[in-house]
Amino acid sequence: MERVIEPPVLARHRETNWSLTAAFVVMVAVFAIAPFVLYPVFLMKALCFSLFACAFNLLIGYVGLISFGHAMFFGWASYVTAYAAKSWGWPPELAIIGGTAAAAVLGIVAGSLAIRRQGIYFAMITLALAQMLYFFALQAKFTGGEDGIQGVPRGHLFRIFDLSNEMTMYFFILVVFLAGFLLIYRIINSPFGEVLKAIRENEQRAISLGYKTERYKLVAFVLSATLAGLAGSLNSLVFQLASLTDVHWSMSGDVVLMTLLGGLGTVFGPVAGAFLVIAMQNYLAPFGQWVLVIQGVIFVVCVLLFRRGIVGELAQVLRVQL
Amino acid sequence: MFEIFGIPSQALFGQLLLGLINGSFYALLSLGLAVIFGMLDIINFTHGAQYMMGAFAAYLLLHHIGIGYWEALVIAPIVIGLTGVLIERLFLKHLRKLDPLYGLLLTFGLGLVIEGLFRNYYGSSGLPYQVPEALQGGRNLGFMFLPNYRAWVIVLSLVVCFSTWFAIERTRLGSYLRAATENPVLVRAFGINVPRMVTLTYGFGVGLAALAGVMAAPIYNVSPQMGSDLIIVVFAVVVIGGMGSIMGAILTGFALGIVEGLTKVFYPEASNTVIFVIMAIVLLIRPAGLFGRSA
Repeated sequence: MERVIEPPVLARHRETNWSLTAAFVVMVAVFAIAPFVLYPVFLMKALCFSLFACAFNLLIGYVGLISFGHAMFFGWASYVTAYAAKSWGWPPELAIIGGTAAAAVLGIVAGSLAIRRQGIYFAMITLALAQMLYFFALQAKFTGGEDGIQGVPRGHLFRIFDLSNEMTMYFFILVVFLAGFLLIYRIINSPFGEVLKAIRENEQRAISLGYKTERYKLVAFVLSATLAGLAGSLNSLVFQLASLTDVHWSMSGDVVLMTLLGGLGTVFGPVAGAFLVIAMQNYLAPFGQWVLVIQGVIFVVCVLLFRRGIVGELAQVLRVQL
Repeated sequence: MFEIFGIPSQALFGQLLLGLINGSFYALLSLGLAVIFGMLDIINFTHGAQYMMGAFAAYLLLHHIGIGYWEALVIAPIVIGLTGVLIERLFLKHLRKLDPLYGLLLTFGLGLVIEGLFRNYYGSSGLPYQVPEALQGGRNLGFMFLPNYRAWVIVLSLVVCFSTWFAIERTRLGSYLRAATENPVLVRAFGINVPRMVTLTYGFGVGLAALAGVMAAPIYNVSPQMGSDLIIVVFAVVVIGGMGSIMGAILTGFALGIVEGLTKVFYPEASNTVIFVIMAIVLLIRPAGLFGRSA
């Protein structure tokens, strides 16, 4: 049986890391210039979803677990952040920490249930748990039901930076995104990350080597959930809104699509995938339901023809790690 | 009119009936998923869309060609089942040697395509479908009012479920099928065309979904997203039952429908989530599912 992801050929060689450094420098440079050229709100949304997709990729790309319910962490955190900032008047940094922590707790609960089964069952369980949260959000008082939580104040970061200024907000999002991105990179290249990859390749072998794989999987799940929550918290401040869209199953589908399109298990793939999908949703919005059709077609084409995704294929052609 | 646990009998039995109806659909759909999973090792994420296509097929047959419910009950599953055969031949066949997760991603994508296309042409609002004339009205059983059509749905679904169980567990064809599930290579060596059997199995599972769709058309409105919300509940049903056994899928489906109905009577706020809560509890106590073999 083939592995879940097809890692690029040279993935193991440390000396090819120059390609990662170069790509990282290019990415930072592009993001630093971008807001002067493109609409900042679009970029902020894309950055939030990039972080979301990177967090998701941590689970599918490096542990081989496919979650179809990651919207629950994104959406849950976005509700908690929005509520804390609006109803309790928390400053943005605390509201974000609160939302992220809420996602982490939810990650512990959902993770300890979901890792009891593997493969497709794992996907179905996460999807079902997310749907449960969706119904909860629909009925609970504090989420505002169909209306969501609107008019969330962005506030002043550390009481100094006024986040209602689009540029200030953009660079704040960029800094958090880069921190999250580097943290994920650090995790997958740590001894802990090596164990995760071992579990992905051959769980039985990892168990026989004495690793408590359940525990590793749970920690990876919680880390992924937490970072997805961070992305959701940021997103709710960008749009000053937390709504049912954030917890709907189609949001979970979107993040799977972003990661698949960019390249499962690649470092930069989720970012590229997120930008492409967000751009597509943005520019094709006037065509209504065709967006859904096109997204579905991309799924099919990726699975049949480009299982490495765009960045994965690129890395393959250039014979470098990306 | 009398009361049980302080609940009027009409309300209690009415919700029980609704629960049985929902249970019929859970059973038919999880049965289809289990049959497909047994042969193809994939979870058919397109299942919800195919259920929706069944309902639409009935609607379109009636409104464009004037073909009624009874014919649609036969035609729609065959036509939609054939599209399933096509999907298996065109796409799923190529994924056989890959990780089953790719099958999941592909069928999820196909589901999006189908739902998107239908939403494009028919919008998101529901289209009405008349209950066939012979089954209109209902009868008063004394303790509750039983609409004829709903009774028919429960009976038909029971018949279809148990015929499928019989065909798979008790006939020669079914024994080939079970053998091919266990060891396809060996069964092929005996001269049985396993790839064709896989294709037909997928077509059959899809046909079951479409049949459920036709049966659902007069009860719920026919709408493009009718499948996607239902199928997530069915996934939870499948996790609870475990996909190891055909009978398990049927029984779990009906049982959970009834539990959901009862929840609507006693604690309506939880009726949407009760199946997911049960799933969580089952995962804690018996991770392989009630009827499942541990993987």
